[in-house]
This record gives sequence, C-alpha cells and structure tokens, in this order.
Amino acid sequence: MNVVKREKNFAGKMTLAAHPLKCYNCFFSWIRFSFVDLLGFQMITREAPVLRDASGRTDPLAVPYLVFGGVGRAGVMAVQSLLYAVLLPFRSRQRAEWIKQMYTAGIRSLPLISIVAMFTGMILALQVGLEMRRYNQEVYIGSAVMVTLLREMGPFMTGIVLTACVGSSMAAQIGAMTVNEEIAALEIMSINPIRFLMAPRMGAMVLMTPVLSFYTCVVGVIGGGVVGKTQLNVDWGQYIKLAMDFADLRDLYVGLFKALIFGIIVTAVSCYEGFTTKQGAVGVGKATRHSVITSMLLILIIGYIITRLFY
Amino acid sequence: MIKFENVTKNLGGRAVLDDLSFEIEKGEVFVIVGPSGMGKSVTLKHIVRLMAPDSGRIWIGDDEISGLEGSALERARERFGMLFQSGALLGWMPVWENVALPLREKTKMGEDEIADRVQRVLELVGLENDGDKFPSEISGGMQKRAGLARAIVRQPEIVLYDEPTSGLDPMTSRNIDRLIRKLSDQLGVTSVVVSHDLQGSLLIADRIAMLKNGKFIEISPPKQFVASEQPDVRGFLDAQFIPRSGVIGMR
Repeated sequence: MNVVKREKNFAGKMTLAAHPLKCYNCFFSWIRFSFVDLLGFQMITREAPVLRDASGRTDPLAVPYLVFGGVGRAGVMAVQSLLYAVLLPFRSRQRAEWIKQMYTAGIRSLPLISIVAMFTGMILALQVGLEMRRYNQEVYIGSAVMVTLLREMGPFMTGIVLTACVGSSMAAQIGAMTVNEEIAALEIMSINPIRFLMAPRMGAMVLMTPVLSFYTCVVGVIGGGVVGKTQLNVDWGQYIKLAMDFADLRDLYVGLFKALIFGIIVTAVSCYEGFTTKQGAVGVGKATRHSVITSMLLILIIGYIITRLFY
Repeated sequence: MIKFENVTKNLGGRAVLDDLSFEIEKGEVFVIVGPSGMGKSVTLKHIVRLMAPDSGRIWIGDDEISGLEGSALERARERFGMLFQSGALLGWMPVWENVALPLREKTKMGEDEIADRVQRVLELVGLENDGDKFPSEISGGMQKRAGLARAIVRQPEIVLYDEPTSGLDPMTSRNIDRLIRKLSDQLGVTSVVVSHDLQGSLLIADRIAMLKNGKFIEISPPKQFVASEQPDVRGFLDAQFIPRSGVIGMR
C-alpha cells in the first residue's frame, strides 16, 4: 500500500524504484522504514486501511491484518502503544496522563486487589492445609501458598481483577469516544489516538500489573498465614520460614513476567475493542463485554503457555 | 483545491457515492444538501480520509488524500479543521483545554501564545466566558460552537462542517452561518458544509450541490439553485418554503 504512496508523499525525494522493498539487498533500510511506518500507521479510522497498492502488492505491515484480522490489528496497536509508552517519561504533556492512569490502574484497584489476594491466600491455605493435615504435613502450607501465588495465582488474580475493573472501563471510555466521533476528531487534528490515548494506559498497565501482582503475592501469603495460625495451628514463624525456603527467585521472575504480559493483553484488547466500537450505546456495551471475555480467555491461555515454556 | 474523480463508495450493498466527480475552488463555500442517508456525511468523511473510496481518487491540492496513509496522511490532515455534528469535544477536558489541544499537540507554540490564540477564537464564537466549563456543563449549541473554535484554532486552509446549525436556535444558527462566511471572506478558508438548513445555506454558499442516489443532481450558485426546475430540488425547496425568488440576503 505504501509503495506508491511513498512515491507521492515524498514528492520525488524517493522514487518507486528506490523503495526499500525494491532493494532486497538493503535490509536495514526496510527495517528503518517499517519502524517509521509502525509509529505512524493509521489504524483507528472506522474502515480497515487499504492493504494493497495500485499494483496489487501487499504492504508488509498489512500482513497481520490479512492473516489474523482483529488479532493482528490489536497486536500492531499493542506494539505501537508500547513504542510510544517508552517515550512517556520524556513528554511532559503526556506524563500527567500517564501518572493519572497509573493511579487509576494501581491505587484505585488496591482495595479490590487486597480483598481478592487475601481470600485467595486464605482459600489456598485452607484447602491445601486440610488435605495435608491428613498426613500431618500441614506445616508445609506456607511453601504451597507461596509457590502457587508466585507462579500462578498472583499474576492470574491480578490480571482478572484488572480486566474487570480497569480493562472494562478502558473499553467503555474509548468506545464511547469512538461512537461520539471524538476519536475521528483526534485523527483529523492529526493527533494519533494510539499515542494520545492508548500509550499512557499501556505505560501504566505495564508498570502497575507486575507491582500489583507482587502485592497480591504478599497479601496472599499473609492471608494464608492467618488461616494457618487460626485454623490449622501452624506457627507463624514456621509458616514464613518454610514459605521463604521454598520461594525461588525464578518463580518470582516468571510470575512478574506473566503479569507484565497480562497487563499488555488487557490494555491491547480493551483499547482495540474500544476503538472498533460501532452502533452507539449498544456497541459500547458489546465492546465492554467482548473486552472482558477476550482478556480473561487470553489470560488463561497465555498463562498456560508461559507456564509450559518455563517449567 | 478539493477534487473528486469518479469516486464510488458502496456501503451495505448500496452505492452511496456513485461515480461522483466535482471540484471545489480555494476560498469557496460549498454547501451539500439533500435528504438524509444520501451520502452527504460520507462525502465529507472522504474529503478528510476518514473513509476511503472503493474506486476513484480524491485530491486536496496536489495530494491524493484517498491514497495516503501514516505520517503523510497526518501531514495532509493538518490542513483541515472539522466541525462534527455533536461537537466531538473530549469530555474530560474543559472547553479551553479542548480548543488548545491541537495547538499543544501539533505546534511548538508557547503557552502564552496558545492562551492568546485560544482566547481570540473563543471570543469569535462567543464562548470567552465559558472556557473553564466541561462539555457536559454546556448546551448542545455551545458544544457546537466550542467544536467550531477547536476546528479553526489552527487556522486551517479547509474547514468541513457536518450539520453546523442542526439543533440550534435560529439566532445561534445565523451567527454560525455568518462566521462560516466571514472565515471564507477574510481568511480565504475553503469551507465544505453539509446541511439540511437551506435558508442558512442560501445566505452563505458560493455554490450549493444537492446529492441524491450517490450523484449530484444539481450544482449551482444559490440564485440558480432556487430557480432550478429539477423535480427533486424543487421538492426540497418547497418543503422548506423557499420561493423561486430565494430569500433576502441570498448571495
């Protein structure tokens, strides 16, 4: 698509013959142009972008659209927003929005995350403890709770909570902006909605999800300890000692990595659903529902894949 | 300035634009009228490449906007301002911030200069005392005027108006009409207006075009337009009680 257009855009500065795609030996040139295009690629208009140029050649950046449809489009959006998010600390005007989004995703989710994490740890300790008591091994609940939370339940519960309370609100807000033509207005002002709206949200989620996941693990372990002490007569000191003995740094890293990926998934899915909202208020409802369902399914599936890759 | 070359667009299996070709001159006020659902807003969206034609080309000066993507499209869109039907203001920003947004995001102007420009534009649309209000705190007409202020704050070459006076009281409607004309006369802004309001259109237009079934069935200056014998145009004029002699103040 961009082959002919580049020729026109640069008004003779680059001819069709000089296009990087024509210069097969000029790989780095292609990479450079693709990178520039990735940052400027228009995605938000109601219609999918033109995928082929006049000669019928498919633009390389359009391949994800052709092959994976919406998934490819959301993926390209995620990459774009991550690239823009890297620049957030250096852009004073967007920094405020980034901090606001971190507050929304992080601080405002804390009460719910705390309750979920506490009860997750308590349920884990109780279920595992009751089984282990049959073999007089209930003292080991600390290690079971710690490992389960670090590896799986910490990032998983964080992802689910953020999907429910942050992702859904992102989809609804951006969806409402789309149907009210606010996104179109941004585009006409030449303000890239991915940079302006999605990047601060992505930047906030990428930072806050791992932090919240770690917080979930800590609160969960405390919850497990409370159950251990009050229901299973496990000494607090022993509980913590065994929990720490069995905690592996690799479990922590994999868990945090998983949380980071979940943060990216929730943001990409929610923003994509918001940007592609149609049909007014009904469409906003649909977008919100789709974003929650898709994010939860992806968290489950990608979570399994990451676990399989590392263990 | 704006040129459509054999533009066709199908939506839902129907040709909304059918081999449409026309040109709009620089500085002209071009009004598109016609029944609802006939493709007026679609035409407007094609001009600014919010939609792409199925076939045909659209030129803005020397740029073929229908074929642009990425940063080239962003640059081309910098020549435009657009007033949406709803105003399309960002709900979480006060009016003043909304109007300042394109200057802050797309220019290197200092805060003092931005404040000065925003204040002038707000005065132009009569909202100089409402800058600190949020869009939800002002009326629909005020939202539309704020949208207009945002559309013109960067002094674009081309301003597109999607139903600029619908839902407004007659006084405000005439004020907005006068403003559209003033921008064209004093600053040479090219204006494309989609409207149902023929009374107002006759006062401001250099040419009026009536769109039906994807084609312009009439393109003419207001005086010829009101005298048209084309049955659809006649019906449209009669429905708004506009005689063949036109209205007072018609161009």
